Amino acid sequence: MTTQAAPPATPEARDVKARRIKALQSDRARAENRLGWYLAGPAFVVMLAVTLYPILQATYDSLFRYRLTAPDDKAFIGLANYGVVLTDAVWWQAFGVTVLITVITVAVELVLGFALALVMHRAIKSLRGLLRTAILVPYGIITVVSAFAWFYAFDINSGYVNTWFDWVPGISEDLNWFAQFGTAIFVIIASEIWKTTPFISLLLLAGLAQVPSELDEAAEVDGATWAQRLKRVTLPNMKAAIMVAVLFRALDAFRIFDNVFIMTNGSAGTTVLSLLAYRTSIGRLEIGLGSAISVLLFLAVIGICIGAIKLFKVDLAGARGES
Amino acid sequence: MRRRTRALVMVAAVGLLVPLAACAAESGPPLLTWYINPDDGGQAEIAKRCTDDAGGEYRIEVSVLPRDAASQREQLARRLAAKDSSIDLMSLDPPFIPELAEPGFLAPIPDDVAERVSQDVVQGALDGATWGDKLVTVPFWANTQLLWYRKSVAQAAGLDPATAPVTWQQIMEASASQDKYLSVQGTKAESLTVWINALVESAGGQILENPEAPADELQLGLDSDAGRAAAEIIGTIGRDNLAGPALPTEDENASMTIFQGDRGSFMVNWPFVWPATKAGVEDGAIEQSVLDDIGWALYPQVDEAQESRPPYGGINLGVGAYSRYVDQAFAAAECIVQPENQTFYFVENGNPPSNTTSYDAPEVLEAFPMADVIRQSLEQAAPRPQTPYYNEVSSGLQETWHPPSSVSPEVTPQESTAFITAVLHGDQLL
Repeated sequence: MTTQAAPPATPEARDVKARRIKALQSDRARAENRLGWYLAGPAFVVMLAVTLYPILQATYDSLFRYRLTAPDDKAFIGLANYGVVLTDAVWWQAFGVTVLITVITVAVELVLGFALALVMHRAIKSLRGLLRTAILVPYGIITVVSAFAWFYAFDINSGYVNTWFDWVPGISEDLNWFAQFGTAIFVIIASEIWKTTPFISLLLLAGLAQVPSELDEAAEVDGATWAQRLKRVTLPNMKAAIMVAVLFRALDAFRIFDNVFIMTNGSAGTTVLSLLAYRTSIGRLEIGLGSAISVLLFLAVIGICIGAIKLFKVDLAGARGES
Repeated sequence: MRRRTRALVMVAAVGLLVPLAACAAESGPPLLTWYINPDDGGQAEIAKRCTDDAGGEYRIEVSVLPRDAASQREQLARRLAAKDSSIDLMSLDPPFIPELAEPGFLAPIPDDVAERVSQDVVQGALDGATWGDKLVTVPFWANTQLLWYRKSVAQAAGLDPATAPVTWQQIMEASASQDKYLSVQGTKAESLTVWINALVESAGGQILENPEAPADELQLGLDSDAGRAAAEIIGTIGRDNLAGPALPTEDENASMTIFQGDRGSFMVNWPFVWPATKAGVEDGAIEQSVLDDIGWALYPQVDEAQESRPPYGGINLGVGAYSRYVDQAFAAAECIVQPENQTFYFVENGNPPSNTTSYDAPEVLEAFPMADVIRQSLEQAAPRPQTPYYNEVSSGLQETWHPPSSVSPEVTPQESTAFITAVLHGDQLL
């Protein structure tokens, strides 16, 4: 939020005042910075050890032909692994499926999450706690557990969905949800949305809380309709929160693994990039080739980050209310 | 402040002493860790019995591996590649044995031990325990699939599998004529490879012509009459909906559920279905009449002139090459596979012995009236291709032979040969 100061008389006076404020703030900012480092330092070091080291190791390994069960055949082959991966239809198919899941889940979750955030924001005080808990339940469930729950619900032998919803056109006793791409990806996406919408709605709720209620009230007094207020007042004021929510969820969705692993294990064309990396390095024990896939996956995630920050001008500090 | 320092010292002292105390408790006979596949407690009981019998020479402690064979292999291979000395004994699925034997992850079996543990063992189990003409694991229990059928359905269709071997063609026609479903494993998993291998072998072919060759010299035998016969059967079952809509995701348990249901007719499956169905009857989940209606016979033939080659599975015992107690581990392995322990394991957990003498025990015939058929099936059984690259071959088959309805004799054998070859050469991802 910007501080509203009385307009200074002359440009010079404004300059001096600004400089003084800056000097004052930088003392405080420095102290804050130091405290920040004290608090975050240990975590930062741990993060370096558990993320930077594996990333460097994977990058190094990706330059070798290296199979865990044939350690003697290890050989340096430069970027050949990347060549194999990037010219393979399997990689591009998995890439496409991953992008599809990311785009659909983020879009649907944004709308649903915003609606839920509005409900939580507007709910009367006595209901608020109960409502937030109820909405958060799916997010509190371990992904593997929720994936199994969805799998068993839709499974043709043990599931109840087919019998409960057989009045819906297209659904019958004989529908095997995990046998073809369309229905399998539908269940995977639905479970992902069910599971992570609470996360996005929490981030949006924080953004909603930052919108000054005076602005809303002023607009209402001026005769703005609900839709106008939402479009002109609420949304512009929580743009930073929305972009942060989208970015975090997009990064998360792009790395989807558990749901696909449990429900189809990649059959019916539902292989995603994380599963491909897992299958290559852990399943086939092809450390070199698998590392190349992991590095490419990492680069894709970095790409999403840079794209979001540069293209959409996501201001991470803005979400803290500093802009 | 001083109080806090003292508390810190206390915490540090406890932190140091507790592990030391644990070390002190370790003294005594060497503790062997046996990594087991999950079962109904049979292996843990055998471990206890052998610890008691050892008279202080060793103690065995079991540690449970993940549920499916592929994940068990992943965990063991990664640990062994890191030279994990805590792996003394391990329960291994036969197809993955060459992969662990080739880089020397398994301790070599002394000749005298090899001779003792090979006695009276069915041929299929010996083949599965061997790599490069040497026994590399100790045969423990051996599994095979039978043809299970509903007597009422077979009778109505005019088929009697108990008296003469039946062919796939016959059971496909019989179940279609009665408007029932065949129970086979069409899910994209190891069980699909088991099915393909049994069909190809039963038709007189082989998935790999030279399984012991290095990756870039492996020759596939799928693009042959046998491969096409297998593709014809799987494709027809898929396209003509002979196994019902569940087929593309049907595993062994799903097969059993369908077989026990109203539309069950014929099923190929492991013997665990017998104790599982009996337990279902005891729990009241399944009618006694269903159990009475179940018959069994040898695995169906592809060609009526040729004996079938049923699937072979089971578990062998490997000793870790980096174990500190290799001699004790081999002694323990010999104890574990004694015929009486195999009999116990069969009766209690439903896992058939690899030792032929175990089948003669009276309690075996009582619990498994089909024990003789199982023994005969094991003698006829064909192992899956034994190659260090088994995972590539198996996953490659699953990639190209799934879903079953997409399989055709003109395209699939050729396509999978090209695909698996490219993967083995490192030119393609899996």
